[in-house]
Amino acid sequence: MGESESIASLDHVSVRYGKEWALSDVSAAFPAGAVGLLGPNGAGKSTMLKALLGLLEADSGRIRVLDLDVASHPLDVRARIGYMPESDAQIPGMNAVTFVAYCGELSGLAAADAMQRAHEVLFYVGLGEARYRNVETYSTGMKQRIKLAQALVHDPDVLFLDEPTNGMDPKGREEMLALVRDIAQNKHISLILSSHVMPDVESVCDSVVLMNRGTVVMQGPIASLKSPAGRIFEVRVKGNQAAFVDLVRRQAFECREADGDLLRIVLPANAGPADLFSSAAKSGVQVRHLKPSLPTLEDVFAQAVGEDAT
Amino acid sequence: MPIYRERYRRRESGLDFRGRAWVVIAAFGLRALTRHKAFLFLLILAWIPAVVRGVLMYAAANIPQASFLATTAQTFRDFLSQQEPFVFFITVYAGSGLIADDIRSNALQLYLSRPLTRTQYVAGKFAILATALALVTWLPAMVLLIVQVLFAGSVTFLRSNLYLLPAISVFSIVQVVVATFIMLALSSLSKSRWFVAVMYAGISFFSHAVFGATRIATGGGTAFSWISVFASLMQVGDVIFRLRPRFTGTPPAVSVAALAIMVAASIVVLSRRIRAIEVVT
Repeated sequence: MGESESIASLDHVSVRYGKEWALSDVSAAFPAGAVGLLGPNGAGKSTMLKALLGLLEADSGRIRVLDLDVASHPLDVRARIGYMPESDAQIPGMNAVTFVAYCGELSGLAAADAMQRAHEVLFYVGLGEARYRNVETYSTGMKQRIKLAQALVHDPDVLFLDEPTNGMDPKGREEMLALVRDIAQNKHISLILSSHVMPDVESVCDSVVLMNRGTVVMQGPIASLKSPAGRIFEVRVKGNQAAFVDLVRRQAFECREADGDLLRIVLPANAGPADLFSSAAKSGVQVRHLKPSLPTLEDVFAQAVGEDAT
Repeated sequence: MPIYRERYRRRESGLDFRGRAWVVIAAFGLRALTRHKAFLFLLILAWIPAVVRGVLMYAAANIPQASFLATTAQTFRDFLSQQEPFVFFITVYAGSGLIADDIRSNALQLYLSRPLTRTQYVAGKFAILATALALVTWLPAMVLLIVQVLFAGSVTFLRSNLYLLPAISVFSIVQVVVATFIMLALSSLSKSRWFVAVMYAGISFFSHAVFGATRIATGGGTAFSWISVFASLMQVGDVIFRLRPRFTGTPPAVSVAALAIMVAASIVVLSRRIRAIEVVT
């Protein structure tokens, strides 16, 4: 996708914290719609969002958001972005509606508009009944919601959501993801969803940028990234699993431990289950479970980063 | 249909963010401050000396036996010196949490991810404390000047002491700017407003104590008055009000330089500490 069609792009961007490179020669383009920014903790996702916001100065490279150069127009860029930070953040001593209205005014809304939109947005995120409570008394889930509300209050063109489901219970997490889906699909606000939880990203986003150790390892539409380069099997063996895994990998098959003793093995087109049984026999293990599976983002990520994924 | 489907609507009005954010920060901060009864109590307390001086002005103007109380230029200088304790307490009460509270609650990233610069953020916080301090320095001094004219029934005093208008304003500005910058810098160094308050008190009293010690050690010499923030303010105040500087051992220019260095150091601290991201390397 060309730069003009993307909501944000990085062109050979490097960012350094002291001597550590948090982003290393990163080039990425975020198309309109919902885009996931995926990677393990410490991959550089939050750094990338902060660089896109102009909060971090890039040591090299060029960053553009909504066709504006972030380095030369940081305020114009930030006026059109809503940012939901990863960590707990609130302005102390305020109730929710005052806090959100204040954030709206800081973004350039007139006072009356900001107050009206604060009420609306708080209802939208499900905090309508708690809007006169002091934000500092909110539960973790409520704090996540109010962070979303403050990011939405000025009706941004783009939302940056940094780990929006962090610390939420399963029900709250589902509700938050439903909200994020609604924002992207029905309110037509583009968003970048940074997360290390792949199912969250998969359930909301159309495209994804995969990061690891400060670099972009893969990017594109999720559907095309998941189109199999081979067939995936779930395998469980009894016996010396390490020897079996070792043998499978020596045959150049992708193999990773998914959940407990369950293995996910990607077989190329010219291989089949018979090869797995043969490997099991050679390594002296019994195959107790073998089932074809659909590719997930975790498989894509594992293939992209190899051993680093685990 | 979930409630959120009905509630969210796209914005119809435009955004006007250029140069406005610091006003928003200041207005919210001042509103929050005036909701605190302790602050209002301090404010009332700080106006008592002005009320007493107003009564004395009335007496001097209307009771012949009280003519020895007649207002002079020194009256206004003394009044502003008298307000120093209130400047201290209001600086501590209103200023210690201004940035520390934001750091504690990770609010800096919320501010700075919006269309405002770090300078605008500091300007907003500065305006909160500076306004609070002006309410106990510049405003009562100016009101007293007006009261003097009203009770005397003539502008003779004002005409012959016209320099008082800029003198009161300039000295109040010096008091307010020095106290505000030092407090903001300290507030940016900690997450605890209590610790900030202790640091501010420490700097104020410790520097004055060190000056006192040097005075004793040098047999009453005042060559080191620049060490004390209070003493430097007093010295500069004397010059502004065309009085003989009280610490003859320190040239007034040195006192001015000492205050300027304090303010400059505070600005350097603020520029290093006010960031959306705390980088620990």
